[in-house]
Amino acid sequence: MAQLIYYLQFPFVRYAIIVGVAVALCSSLLGVTLVLKRFSFIGDGLSHVAFGAIAIASVLNISNNMLLVLPITIISAILLLRTGQNTKIKGDAAIAMISVGALAFGYLIMNIFSASSNLSGDVCTTLFGSTSILTLKPLDVWLSVGLSVVVIALFILFYNKIFAVTFDENFMKATGSRAQAYNLLIAVIIAVIIVLAMNLVGSLLISALVIFPALSAMRLFRSFKSVTIFSAVFSVVCALLGIVISILAGTPVGSTIVAADVVAFGICSLIGLILKRQ
Amino acid sequence: MSFIEANNLSVGYEGEAVAENICFAIGRGDYLCIVGENGSGKTTLMKTLLRLQKPLSGEIRYGEEGQIKEIGYLPQQTVVQKDFPASVKEIVISGFQKKCGLRPFYNKEEKHLAEVNMERMGISELQNRCYRDLSGGQQQRVLLARALCAAGDILLLDEPVSGLDPKVTADMYDLIEGLNKEGITIIMVSHDIGAAIRYASHILHIGETVFFGTKEEYLESPEGKYFLEKMTHGDGDVVSFL
Ligand SMILES: Nc1ncnc2c1ncn2[C@@H]1O[C@H](COP(=O)(O)OP(=O)(O)OP(=O)(O)O)[C@@H](O)[C@H]1O
Ligand SMILES: [Mg+2]
Repeated sequence: MAQLIYYLQFPFVRYAIIVGVAVALCSSLLGVTLVLKRFSFIGDGLSHVAFGAIAIASVLNISNNMLLVLPITIISAILLLRTGQNTKIKGDAAIAMISVGALAFGYLIMNIFSASSNLSGDVCTTLFGSTSILTLKPLDVWLSVGLSVVVIALFILFYNKIFAVTFDENFMKATGSRAQAYNLLIAVIIAVIIVLAMNLVGSLLISALVIFPALSAMRLFRSFKSVTIFSAVFSVVCALLGIVISILAGTPVGSTIVAADVVAFGICSLIGLILKRQ
Repeated sequence: MSFIEANNLSVGYEGEAVAENICFAIGRGDYLCIVGENGSGKTTLMKTLLRLQKPLSGEIRYGEEGQIKEIGYLPQQTVVQKDFPASVKEIVISGFQKKCGLRPFYNKEEKHLAEVNMERMGISELQNRCYRDLSGGQQQRVLLARALCAAGDILLLDEPVSGLDPKVTADMYDLIEGLNKEGITIIMVSHDIGAAIRYASHILHIGETVFFGTKEEYLESPEGKYFLEKMTHGDGDVVSFL
């Protein structure tokens, strides 16, 4: 405990905690929608796209790579949702294609053009997040917090509409609501979340941040509202635990958070089973 | 000017027509029943009317364009994924989505009307239950309550009484009749030919041959006579329906 308080004196630790909580909160919000629309892997796909974009940004030597990564990821998200509705290429297959393609090209570009002496270290950082969250500058923190606030505000404002398109898109369309527009909004929000979460857990582990809170909540709760609220709490608690443990034990931040998510998911499943038995 | 008019309409999937040469015209406040055998394309026609899919050929004209704003719809099948966490209340009130427009939250009146519609369908006690845990008939009533929330001008129902018990079925027909009297246009797909003849003002029969007309005309038509005969197992006692 004393050790923790000691660490909290450092601004970079405080930054990590602020960003960690904000990102965890955001990423849990759309989890239910993604899982239920069978888009759980969209997170994966987009994060690989973001990885490719980061590779390009680092080759081009762009200092703040979010400026490049965010638009590319948003556009890919929109394209993915579009093709997802196309009957010729099914959503899952489209996502797999784009994600693997981006991953391969990203690595290729880094390999060919990178001037860095520690290439595998760079790649590892981008894939697993590793220490980058502990090296955040105030600008990054403000950017992350700002985007998180926007995401949360949009989610609250469009909560009822997101529920309706998730539950029954055809009904929305039939009754004349703009289901397509809301799908688009969901895609954009997801893209922003992915880019935010890249900082925290790296591109390989993002899906975990999106899916585990939703799946855990669905084991315990039966209404959309309660599931959403519980996912948010679940995600924030796990992120806090993960960050604190990683600071104290010196483990990598991203994987520690995801490990916390997995353990908590196990606990929720167990409680769910017990409740069902009774 | 008619409310909804179809001219030489063909509906189907990927270029393959399942029903062709459909012509009908209904006015505001009419009660149209669509009848026909399984697979004759009734659901496909409904989806085309709702613009969920494009007609293969022909056209649909929504006469008073812009006046059909509040559409209630009961799908024949709703594929809801396993484990979807949604309470009855959340689903019913989502029927107001169109009326909400860009307004983010439901207002008092909508919340109240959602309660009223749940009451009408006898599902008030279930309102906090999870949709997935309900029986088929209960689920049907939830979706009906949602359709009622959405309906302001027109209500399209694809086999609304399938899976309902006799009492709820009777209540359902009374309820639809009441809504129709309030001026809401009804389009209903039904295999319950008796009810179709009792309540509807117009009948559209699709299949090998297409018939459209008022129910009196239907009873005189060859399609009507043939279909009725089959439905009533040959005793042909049409009068008892009326
Ligand atoms: N999504 C689809 N893609 C291709 N063909 C379809 C599709 N849905 C239905 N069909 C075909 O179109 C035909 C008409 O189906 P439809 O569901 O409209 O029948 P229906 O009149 O509503 O029957 P029922 O009384 O059983 O509800 C059927 O032969 C069916 O096989
Ligand atoms: Mg049908």
